[in-house]
Amino acid sequence: MSERSEKAGEYGLMALRVGSIVVVLGAWQLTAMAHVFSDFLLPSLSSVLLRLYHDLVTGDLIRGIELTLIRTFIGFSIAAAGGVAIGVAIARVPLARWFFDPLVSVGLPMPKVAFLPVFMLWFGVFDVSKVLMIGFSAIFPVIVEAWAGTQNIDKYMSWSALSLGVGKKRFLWEIALPAALPQVFTGLQVALPISLIVAIICEMQMGGQGLGGSIMTDMRFADSPGVFSGIVAIALVGMVLVKAMELLRRRLLVWHQETQSE
Amino acid sequence: MILRFLIRIFPLVLLAGLWEIAPRIGWINPEALPPASAVAVAWYRLLMSGDLVYNGVSSLINVSAGLSLGIVVGMAAGVLMAWYPAVDAAVSPLMKSLYPMPKSALIPVMILWFGLGAGSKIASIFMGCLLPVVLSSYNGARGVEQTLIWSALGLGASRRRVLWEVVVPGALPEIMAGIRNALAISFILLVSSEFLVGQRGLGYLISFLGDGGVYDAMFAGVLTVAAIGFFADRVYLFFMQRTLQWRE
Repeated sequence: MSERSEKAGEYGLMALRVGSIVVVLGAWQLTAMAHVFSDFLLPSLSSVLLRLYHDLVTGDLIRGIELTLIRTFIGFSIAAAGGVAIGVAIARVPLARWFFDPLVSVGLPMPKVAFLPVFMLWFGVFDVSKVLMIGFSAIFPVIVEAWAGTQNIDKYMSWSALSLGVGKKRFLWEIALPAALPQVFTGLQVALPISLIVAIICEMQMGGQGLGGSIMTDMRFADSPGVFSGIVAIALVGMVLVKAMELLRRRLLVWHQETQSE
Repeated sequence: MILRFLIRIFPLVLLAGLWEIAPRIGWINPEALPPASAVAVAWYRLLMSGDLVYNGVSSLINVSAGLSLGIVVGMAAGVLMAWYPAVDAAVSPLMKSLYPMPKSALIPVMILWFGLGAGSKIASIFMGCLLPVVLSSYNGARGVEQTLIWSALGLGASRRRVLWEVVVPGALPEIMAGIRNALAISFILLVSSEFLVGQRGLGYLISFLGDGGVYDAMFAGVLTVAAIGFFADRVYLFFMQRTLQWRE
């Protein structure tokens, strides 16, 4: 292929890349306008965007996002703090390993949402049970990654630190935890989307507004522009969270080879 | 061997013992946590009455339908995206921007589109499983060593054969890891969509029993779902290791 046609090909691919999203959105709007499906099944893109704008102006959208994010983050923090503590303990304390190892290997692959009714029975249908449910669902990947990260510290590094006379506590804070950080962060990157998913499921199931709650309300009132605008909002929030975690990872791990090799 | 296994699972036995004793001697309200033996009895009753089997079969059908659809479509889309740059350019921006979307958000729309029955559950599970499989097949197929493809092509294999006999097997480890994620997601979506609406399935059974205040049976249902999800993952893991034995 000559250089010129190669370039033309590249431009063509780029056009496809941008074009495909435009085509899908356009197709959505046109099918809705042509009433191929009823407005109830497929509200037009413009009505969904209008609805989003409306909710944005009245403040309902921001309130919903705020509620959902607060629940997500509190649950996520429980999972992060507890998960790192338990994971590091498993890697370093034999007794903790003996106790938690079977629990983790049973808990990790289990569908945790099944316990939702149990959490409702124990903690009611308000924020406490939502937050605990989120923490419970998101904690296992953090435990596993923190455990593996702390277990697999470079031997030479820990030997040098120990032979230089570093105490147990300093070793934990200055060697073990920083060395495990990349893997711990991987666990957190898995845990955050889980937290958001579970937050939304909890809100759908127990009410209490938020993005999941309002989408469910809209569904019950057969208000499909509301349902679709809710989905768009949730998708945007999910996207921002995932991107933010990636950026944060690059910031926090500036010193690590993984960032420097880029 | 058996002794070591017993020592290993002893913490679980300990917790089960605590679960039996605590409600009986009044540490915990037995309404909130029925003792283990009561739950076991309730489980046996559910099994004998046929409720567990009836709803369990319905749930398993939904999961397998949604998951297998997701696997077939997802693998095809992912591998084609990796193989044809044009497909890649057209589809991957959509896939990548939808990927971080919390899958549970789609349940209400699926209910709007497919009603309160099995259709909306299968569709939710399909949508949730699709993207992880697409992305893992895509990454796997793109990660196949270029020299392998070139040698196969150089030896005169047709592009189609290379796709089937070099690219797909080469991508298999990643595809199978993606399917394992999809399996976990499918159970989450199954249970949460059955909690929300419907007249059938284990999720429905659990919330029905919970609403009726039959807590020992509700716990039996919850543990059944947890156990099914757990064993599905174990069986899949075993199958995956068997299938990937030829590597190394």
